[in-house]
Amino acid sequence: MTRSVYIYILVAAGVSFLIRVLPLTLIRRQITNRYLRSFLYYVPYVTLAVMTFPAIVEAAQYPLAGVAALLTGVVLAWFGAGLFPVAVSCCVSVFLVELLLRSL
Amino acid sequence: MEQNSLRRDILHGARDGLPIGLGYFAVAFSLGITAKHAGLTAAQGFLASFLNHASAGEYALFSLIAGNAAYWEVAAVICVTNARYLLMSAALSQKFAPGSPFRHRLLVGFCITDELFGLGIAQKGWLSPAYIYSAFLVADLLWPSGTATGIIAGSILPANIVSALSVAIYGMFLAIIIPPSREHRVVGILVLLSFVCSYAFSVLPAVSNLSGGMKTILLTVAISGIAAAFFPVKDEEGGAQA
Repeated sequence: MTRSVYIYILVAAGVSFLIRVLPLTLIRRQITNRYLRSFLYYVPYVTLAVMTFPAIVEAAQYPLAGVAALLTGVVLAWFGAGLFPVAVSCCVSVFLVELLLRSL
Repeated sequence: MEQNSLRRDILHGARDGLPIGLGYFAVAFSLGITAKHAGLTAAQGFLASFLNHASAGEYALFSLIAGNAAYWEVAAVICVTNARYLLMSAALSQKFAPGSPFRHRLLVGFCITDELFGLGIAQKGWLSPAYIYSAFLVADLLWPSGTATGIIAGSILPANIVSALSVAIYGMFLAIIIPPSREHRVVGILVLLSFVCSYAFSVLPAVSNLSGGMKTILLTVAISGIAAAFFPVKDEEGGAQA
């Protein structure tokens, strides 16, 4: 079945809005359940990690360039580089490695 | 007095929002390339980015659209990828001055992103909604603009540039998950475990046919759920810092 892009966007926007607004409007005290706090604390890291690998390797034209981007990103982020420098460095590493691979 | 502090909050918000916005533009450009693959027009990409303004959530949304996923899958995946905003929203509720109007809670909630949350929490004393709105307007108009530009220009750029830009979003994810992995050993182990499990799910015959969104939901709930049982966080970790 063919689905509407606009309905996809509205579903995502509606859910995003509720997630952002519900705690702010409903919860006036800190969450005290330790399991729930721990679960929510780990969720973003696990989600982003699952989405990053192996997708980063498959995103570039050559898998080796994707591996270079992964290593570059991990090393720079490890030493405290911000979102923007890390993202740009990953792009540059893919560009350079692919340039090298094409010239071989 | 009141007028001066309002003006100061608006100026400070714009000042702090601009560098965030420039970073957003570059990352959103790469997101636009994903959106283009999913068949979105520039206007649709702008709308999706303005309403959602969440890199991971939108990346998942565009991938799901490309895969013709069910609407409920989109709702479920957005819940999972944006779950961190629940905690941020809960934390920001503690920064509201008593008696703040309800509309400010709605609007500040809409403004929440990883970076805007960071600005809000870094403010001394009660949260100034004007500061947040000002930073949001500067930063988050560059976000949908970047997406739309990526959709338009992604197709005129040469293949090697597009290939390079398509990893920008993952670079940003790494910049979010790696520093806490260094600080907290458990987070580091979980990130590594997530990489391994995600790779396993992409090659194992029984699960590799599942949609990307389903894999993300299953792995996130399983890994975070088990980790929360075995490694409950200390109070100061589970609250404002997420």
